[in-house]
Amino acid sequence: MKRSSDEREAALKKRRPPRLLSAMGALVGAGMLIPVAYLIIRGSQAGVSGVAEVVADARTMRLLGRTILLAVAVTTASVIIAAPLAWLTVRTDLPWRGFWTVATALPLVIPSYVAGFAFIAFFGPRGQVQQWLEPLGVERLPEIYGFWGAWLVLTLFTYPYVLLTVRAAIRGLDPSLEEAAATLDGRRIAQLRVLVPHLKPAIASGGLLVALYTFHDFGAVSLLRFDAFTNAIFVQYRSSLNRTNAAILSLILIAVTTSLVVLEGMSRGKAKYHRLSSTGGRRAAVSVRLGIWRWPAVGACMVLGIFSLMIPFAAIGYWLYRAAISSDLISIAALPAWRSIEASALGTAFCVLAAIPVAMLVARYPGPLAKVIEAGAFVGHALPGVTVALSLVFFGARYVPIFYQTRWMLVFAYTVLFMPLAIGGLRASLIQVSPQVEEAAQMLGSSRMGVLRRVTLPMIRPGITAAGSLVFLSAMKELPATLMVAPIGYSTLATRVWSATNEVLYGPAAIYAAGLVMMASVPLGILLLRDRPIH
Amino acid sequence: MRRVVAAGLLALMALGACSSQPPQEAEEESIVVYSGRSEELVGDIFDEFEKTTGIDTKVKYGGTSELAAQILEEGENSPADLFFSQDAGSLGAVQDEDAFVELPEELISVVPERFRSKTGRWVGVTGRSRVVVYNPDEVRPEEFPASIMDFTDEKWRDRLGWSPANASFQSFITAMRQIEGEDETRQWLEDMIDLDIESYPNNVTIVEAVSAGEIEAGLVNHYYALELGRENPDLKSVNHFIGGGDVGALVNVAGIGILKTSTNQEPARRFIEFLLSKQIQEQFTSRTFEYPLTEGVAANEKLTQLDQLDPPNIDLSNLDDLQGTLELLEDLELL
Repeated sequence: MKRSSDEREAALKKRRPPRLLSAMGALVGAGMLIPVAYLIIRGSQAGVSGVAEVVADARTMRLLGRTILLAVAVTTASVIIAAPLAWLTVRTDLPWRGFWTVATALPLVIPSYVAGFAFIAFFGPRGQVQQWLEPLGVERLPEIYGFWGAWLVLTLFTYPYVLLTVRAAIRGLDPSLEEAAATLDGRRIAQLRVLVPHLKPAIASGGLLVALYTFHDFGAVSLLRFDAFTNAIFVQYRSSLNRTNAAILSLILIAVTTSLVVLEGMSRGKAKYHRLSSTGGRRAAVSVRLGIWRWPAVGACMVLGIFSLMIPFAAIGYWLYRAAISSDLISIAALPAWRSIEASALGTAFCVLAAIPVAMLVARYPGPLAKVIEAGAFVGHALPGVTVALSLVFFGARYVPIFYQTRWMLVFAYTVLFMPLAIGGLRASLIQVSPQVEEAAQMLGSSRMGVLRRVTLPMIRPGITAAGSLVFLSAMKELPATLMVAPIGYSTLATRVWSATNEVLYGPAAIYAAGLVMMASVPLGILLLRDRPIH
Repeated sequence: MRRVVAAGLLALMALGACSSQPPQEAEEESIVVYSGRSEELVGDIFDEFEKTTGIDTKVKYGGTSELAAQILEEGENSPADLFFSQDAGSLGAVQDEDAFVELPEELISVVPERFRSKTGRWVGVTGRSRVVVYNPDEVRPEEFPASIMDFTDEKWRDRLGWSPANASFQSFITAMRQIEGEDETRQWLEDMIDLDIESYPNNVTIVEAVSAGEIEAGLVNHYYALELGRENPDLKSVNHFIGGGDVGALVNVAGIGILKTSTNQEPARRFIEFLLSKQIQEQFTSRTFEYPLTEGVAANEKLTQLDQLDPPNIDLSNLDDLQGTLELLEDLELL
């Protein structure tokens, strides 16, 4: 008797994952827990009373509250910007779609402190915009510092997290859904209404990443003078090098972000997102014609581009103009540029590879093992980079000195830091692949690992692209872990930008920053643009 | 396409594997320095040391407090031989963890006692003084009070600027808490806020604002007016040194110490000797306008000489009590 698809699905779920997959997942999970182990070791040095003192501090709790509020605000705004943008760049006949595809994802490569600088330079009390408006009698602009400034800058530079995951989800959708909607009701709005429920997991995934980023960012919030929770952690490091209290505070952060991860997991619920039809391949969906809405759409993209790209570019351009540039300077940027690409490419490859077993476990064999590994993996993104870096320093220098301060340690650092990005990117795509396709492949004789390799992986290419883009851009601009863990003398463009801005050397800072953006946009462009739907 | 990418990655990995092999055990000596001072500022001094002595010199650059935390977490296996710090507070913190060796008296005695650790664990290399930078078109130096504490007078309303986020300012407040007391420091900060003192993100913007006439005077370190003045001859900002042993005359130092875990003690000592040599001290002062601390070396002619500065009497190692300062500034919503 033919079992219903529900029962088949339940039967699939009950099966235990292939041992190899479990082992790989557990190995990755163990690696991701290194920061937590370090924090527990350091934090426990304070004893129960020490911990209680830190947790009960009213100021600490106030900072936590404000940061949670900021995270909610930034996540909401990011989703509102990114979800429609994803639809526009994937499904419609937006003019210059290829360009917008790359341009809207690009803000992710701009380091948050560069973004902060640029916004203050433009919108600060004595900034460029105020100077332009002064003849019109504008003495003071609305305050850029504080909550709203931090909200604006963080939103503009983290919305690509949601953009990339939602794009991958849209690309993986069965076009027959939208075609059916179009047949039944010709309005564009009908097609949208069909799409939206299917994008919920991707939106939740991307939104989670945005929230985690807001919790761990330090550069932007400190420049914009928003007193965030990371500030409390940094105060401990900077004064008397108090790693114990810093560890306790970081553990609080982990508790908060783990609850977020659990919440996000629950939000996905039991809904099925994969196609129900039996076609294994993907057909390209028909583009939605925007008609007169084309121009407002382009206009919206331009406004976004002005704020998220033009302003930092203009600030960089101004720095270039202010200081004399010689060709010397440009050749000095060559080695760090190579290092940036090298470290980021290797880090991306390892990170995505390591994320695949975890994402598979989570999507196909959800169970206690998967949940624990997933929660552990997200820890890396919740913590400030300094904390993760110190945990790797602690274990690396003391237990595996042969790897300490080598390229491989840096690659491992990037893997720990950006694993959640890779998982987020992959997961939204994975759940769109029907288990029935995999079942069919197994019945034809493939081993379970073979199925994963030959059937599932090719079908989640959009997810791999999303994961790769997210990790690559984040790795290119990563700063604190690179400073600590990289081999001595190994500088990347990101560390050079930081060093130059510290010394207020505008010319070199601008060269490195410009180099960073250019270097990042080329691989990004290749990744995003070549991966078109199969016709 | 995928094969190209895969091939590229394999090539990268091969390259990576080759170059991450540990360097061959060389007969030559070597040192590893963790430097909180940036490559732009001191990079060529390391190169010069290597050229002059043949000692292989590797430098890790980073933020001073992050590097200090890293050294302490690395523990026994730390590759660092020397810690070159941007400020005295971090040196004090590392000293408190008992991570520095005691430096030989004859090595560090060229620097006056007030600019080195009381227990000989670290030595100052260059100094920087707090100043009041002002615009001579707007205010005459005779108007300035003898003590920084007296700037709270009503006549200074709306005329001054500072940068609470700046590390040197925070060290200055830490010194004030030590010398004048906690309550007096809080009172001074509150009074200054009451006078509508303008907050700037960093020292450079203060000096530029003074020159532009936006504010008449600001609290900064001495070298900014000179460095910016070198780039821009039209700069109007001029330094006023408070002197008189007042906390407003604080001289903070960039300094260096050798770690106990170092296996290259002798070359490390030679590096410190190099930094304190007349030639290098003169390089520091001519390039960055900092104060040379080795006795007998004259500071840049554009500066008031060090022995005429009369800074306050304070153990610079105690500037590591930054936490109290940061909490105070945050409490008053300056940070």
